[in-house]
Amino acid sequence: MSVTPPKSRIWWNDSVPKSELIWVIVAFVWGLIMFFMMIYWHAYGEQNLSNEAYKITAEQFTEKTEAMTDKYTVREESGYPVVRPPPGSDVYMIARLWQWWPILELEKGQSYRLHLSSLDWMHGFSLQPININLQIHPDYEMVLTVTPTTTGEFGVVCNEYCGIGHHTMLGRIYVVDNEGI
Amino acid sequence: MAINEQYRTCQTTGLRVYKSAENLIKANAVVAVVFLLVGGLFGIMVALTRWKAVHLLPADWFYLALTAHGINLLVVWIIFFEMAVLYFASSVLLGSRLATPKWAWAGFALMLIGAIVTNIAVLQGGSSVMFTSYVPLKADPSFYAGVILFAVGALIGCFVFFGTLVIAKQEKTYEGSVPLVTFGATVAAIIAVFTIASGAIILIPTFLWSIGYVSHIDTLMYRTIWWAFGHSSQQINVAAHISIWYLISAVVLGAKPLSEKVSRGAFLLYVLFLQLASAHHLLVDPGISSEWKIFNTSYAIYLAVLGSMVHGMTVPGQIEAAQRSKGYTNGLFEWLRKCPWGNPAFSGMFVSLILFGFLGGISGVVMGVEQINLIIHNTIYVPGHFHATVVAGTTLAFMAVTYLLIPLIFQKEIMFPGMAKLQPYVFGLGVAGISVFMMGAGTLGVPRRHWDISQADAVLPYDFPGAANLMMGLNGMSAILAGVGGAMFIAVAVGSIFFGKKVDSTEAPTAVPTDENAAVVAEHGDEEHPAIPGTIVLVVVFFTSFVLYYFVNWKYLAEVWPLR
Ligand code: HEM
Ligand SMILES: [Cu+2]
Ligand SMILES: [Cu+2]
Repeated sequence: MSVTPPKSRIWWNDSVPKSELIWVIVAFVWGLIMFFMMIYWHAYGEQNLSNEAYKITAEQFTEKTEAMTDKYTVREESGYPVVRPPPGSDVYMIARLWQWWPILELEKGQSYRLHLSSLDWMHGFSLQPININLQIHPDYEMVLTVTPTTTGEFGVVCNEYCGIGHHTMLGRIYVVDNEGI
Repeated sequence: MAINEQYRTCQTTGLRVYKSAENLIKANAVVAVVFLLVGGLFGIMVALTRWKAVHLLPADWFYLALTAHGINLLVVWIIFFEMAVLYFASSVLLGSRLATPKWAWAGFALMLIGAIVTNIAVLQGGSSVMFTSYVPLKADPSFYAGVILFAVGALIGCFVFFGTLVIAKQEKTYEGSVPLVTFGATVAAIIAVFTIASGAIILIPTFLWSIGYVSHIDTLMYRTIWWAFGHSSQQINVAAHISIWYLISAVVLGAKPLSEKVSRGAFLLYVLFLQLASAHHLLVDPGISSEWKIFNTSYAIYLAVLGSMVHGMTVPGQIEAAQRSKGYTNGLFEWLRKCPWGNPAFSGMFVSLILFGFLGGISGVVMGVEQINLIIHNTIYVPGHFHATVVAGTTLAFMAVTYLLIPLIFQKEIMFPGMAKLQPYVFGLGVAGISVFMMGAGTLGVPRRHWDISQADAVLPYDFPGAANLMMGLNGMSAILAGVGGAMFIAVAVGSIFFGKKVDSTEAPTAVPTDENAAVVAEHGDEEHPAIPGTIVLVVVFFTSFVLYYFVNWKYLAEVWPLR
């Protein structure tokens, strides 16, 4: 029994039931498949997180974001600038207590290099209803290339607890059709 | 020395129970249950707040309650109970006196003081930092100090356990190798030492930072090391509750491992590979290479997962073998139908096994895939997953074994046997509900640790789909059910321990019938391998669900915006 010492002293020489052996092999092979699936997706899948990141200070990141905002703001909403940078460009979004700033307006089917960093605590970038979730740290600038494939209004929810205002921390991204310019 | 220390011989099992170990097991188990009660109450308040129609607590209380819930259950309840399990698996199962009971009591005292200090810090309101206490959220210094004291106490407990193994070996209280359950507990204790060391590496500087001696702590470094502590401690739980599955099937049904080699090998995989698991918390953090993530999140090549999948077969397999050898051989499942479903120790163990495997295990592997984590990280799917592992799995297994400890260690009869009979089902159903509904809400993007997803106070509100609110409502209702199941457990446990009738020492306890055939079954040699067709069917069902769910999630992932 499991509560008494093994019956045979040299238990490691006992034979293994066949059913058990088969399951060990199946489970092992399944593990290999799952392992290679991740590598396969890096080669052929479209959703892979880039690991591009830089050390950065809050001041530097603010500066870059404001430079973009100064250049490409197209209108204002609820006190937030709505920024529409050209396709293919570098776009920035600041996470801070308790805002995602500014609002971005992107074109469907175009790729953007999205830079994300926090000015204070950790935050969670959660793009809804698409459901892409990223961990945003202070002092680290994360860069990923994203291609919106659906149009509409998207919410950026904060899903890393960041203090008492956490549940009010929301941002927005618009994706619009290219107006044939 | 205390070599002639007092012991009694258990009438039911023939085990030699030393007074010092018995008292420590009792104390640790009782304190554990008290914290289960405290943490459980906070859990229900949290769930009712997240149910939009109820929205029980104000925001500051919600975050306070969530912190208290996580700390008291994940840390305090589980680890106190694990101390009881360690002392049981060493001293009682090996029939040995406990090494240095004084140190064990010192460890117990430290843990208790630590738990109280941390709770006071949390309840004062200045430490609502969640159990993860990510910097730069700052708690009161006593919050960290309490956790550190608690950890030191637990570390002492682990060394008392190791000391007891050494004494038992020297004094030859058993022959050959240690029993499988003790082996599993040893694995748990080894992982615990690694875990606590990681905890010290990260929490001591954080404490110093909170009192101003350290000026800056890097957030990425914090998360990496914190999770070496936070995740590995979950592996302590897995090793402990799987040991309990083996323990209960042995005591209640007289089951013996199909093969010692395979079961022990599976435990060994935990020691070898679990430490890598910190990575699956960092899959969407900046600046970590994919190679590192893939290797670590899969525990090399899913070798620790392999360990759990093996136990998932060998535990029901040994039950089937034991039942068949008693003559329940009709069809595929007579052995299962004829299991003692009215015995809460058994039913609790079996429900724990099923929910842990199907809900907790499968969801855990899927969300730990490097890319799939993108659509799950920090959504409420995550608490959904770990309520299936650490509540349906670990907590329910601990409840089940309590039904054995009450007659064997506390020597009391089970009070309210009718209620005890139902308890594992009520609790199991409630927890299955909270797991499934939180996972469901998570796939709709609902964030975890969030007071109000209707975002009434936000400047740029976002509306979650109605289905998300429905899921959170169903979660609240399941939470009530789980709360009722938890209350039933506490009523039975506290009632029996403090007010129960003393077990008549000449008779076997009645409420938890241990099997008379136990000894006979145990006689079967390892050469003969009974067929276990029913278990094979169960395993095929499990594996099919696993594969399907795994690929369905790749499909979900393929639908989101391309990222590079
Ligand atoms: C009556 C039983 C329980 C209910 C109703 C319950 C419910 C919940 C709910 C609704 C959450 C909140 C999720 C969120 O907003 O992020 C939560 C979080 C959590 N629960 Fe439970 N739970 C129960 C038992 C347990 C047990 C027994 C444990 C541990 C053994 C546990 C460990 C946790 C942890 C660690 C968290 C995460 C806290 C955090 O995010 O900081 N729960 N629970
Ligand atoms: Cu935030
Ligand atoms: Cu937040």
